[in-house]
Amino acid sequence: MTPRKKRIFMVFFITLGMGVAVALILTAFEKNLLYFYAPTQIVAGEAPIDRAFRIGGLVLEGSVVRDPETLEVQFVLTDTLNQVTITYEGILPDLFREGQGIVANGKLDENGIFQAKEVLAKHDENYMPPEVADALEKAGAIGQYGRYKQRL
Amino acid sequence: MLKQFHRLVSPKYFYNLAVLLTPWFSWLTALLMIAGLYGGLVFAPADYQQGESFRIIYVHVPSAWMSLFIYIVMAVAGGVGLIWHIKIADVLAKSCAPVGASFTFLALATGSLWGKPMWGTWWVWDARLTSELILLFLYLGYMALQSAFEDRRVAARASAILALVGLVNIPIIHYSVEWWSTLHQGATVSKIDAPSIHIDMLIPLLIMALAFKAYFVTIVLLRSRTEILEYECHSTWVSELLNKVESKT
Repeated sequence: MTPRKKRIFMVFFITLGMGVAVALILTAFEKNLLYFYAPTQIVAGEAPIDRAFRIGGLVLEGSVVRDPETLEVQFVLTDTLNQVTITYEGILPDLFREGQGIVANGKLDENGIFQAKEVLAKHDENYMPPEVADALEKAGAIGQYGRYKQRL
Repeated sequence: MLKQFHRLVSPKYFYNLAVLLTPWFSWLTALLMIAGLYGGLVFAPADYQQGESFRIIYVHVPSAWMSLFIYIVMAVAGGVGLIWHIKIADVLAKSCAPVGASFTFLALATGSLWGKPMWGTWWVWDARLTSELILLFLYLGYMALQSAFEDRRVAARASAILALVGLVNIPIIHYSVEWWSTLHQGATVSKIDAPSIHIDMLIPLLIMALAFKAYFVTIVLLRSRTEILEYECHSTWVSELLNKVESKT
């Protein structure tokens, strides 16, 4: 093997070797890399019971109940298959609304209600002017529910 | 063909080519940047959900694309320098790093500014944000390693190996939003079916992406010119060049 061939081999070995090694590590840690659990996973008992974790899904239309006295808010999170009720006390992000994708951090209590300490809005990948959004809504073509179903 | 290639990678020829190309790319950058900024900040309509604050996309997304693109260029140039011992490849790889680091920082900073009002937080440790932060550290590590050696060839070899090792992070950043559940949204423009962004918003974004590419070429040409002169400071063509400049003044 000439020195140049040796060096070509080395470059390939480094890139491929790193690729394989990292792929193995990432597969091994897959569970820990999930940023949030879906309601279906929680109903199936995959989420940890005694420690905090994150839950992600869509705010069910018509489920948001605000306490008029305090900042407490209760809503239902859905992945269109299963639902989890969430309670939260604090200021919600700008994008929080019914039908919006959100991620909440907190714990499940003994009644199966998720006590959120933090609520973050998850923005979707669609960008359009308001007029287009209105037109699509009228045609029934918009809504995260539709897309969520597609993904599942 | 091979002869032409050898001429192209000779430092003297490449230096003269870079001097010739720099003004062209500077003007191209300025034109595209003005067109892209006008399109993005004035022409494009506001978003149905985010209103005006979506306009940060015109800096954030091109910066993030550039952070990945420049890393690939840097690693490939480093690898070519490693295998075929081409000086120009080493020079190009070294010139890429600070530009790439700046774009990575810009992507992280603008994302953070946008995240606070939209998500409700400056930072989360999800897969996309974390892997992009690792990219910034890779760039910084690369630059530190480059300057840690007196001998340019040793520095080029060591940092090229680091760049190749870090290359594995690039597909992780790109696919992180598909492989794992992240707070960061999925891909908009590179979706297989059709980009989920309105055409009036997309065009300024693509112009901005081109403007950033042209800017990158301009900066790399400027940086590599300086690098070549330093690299070749003992050669006759550089001293001839210096004499010419001195006699002019």
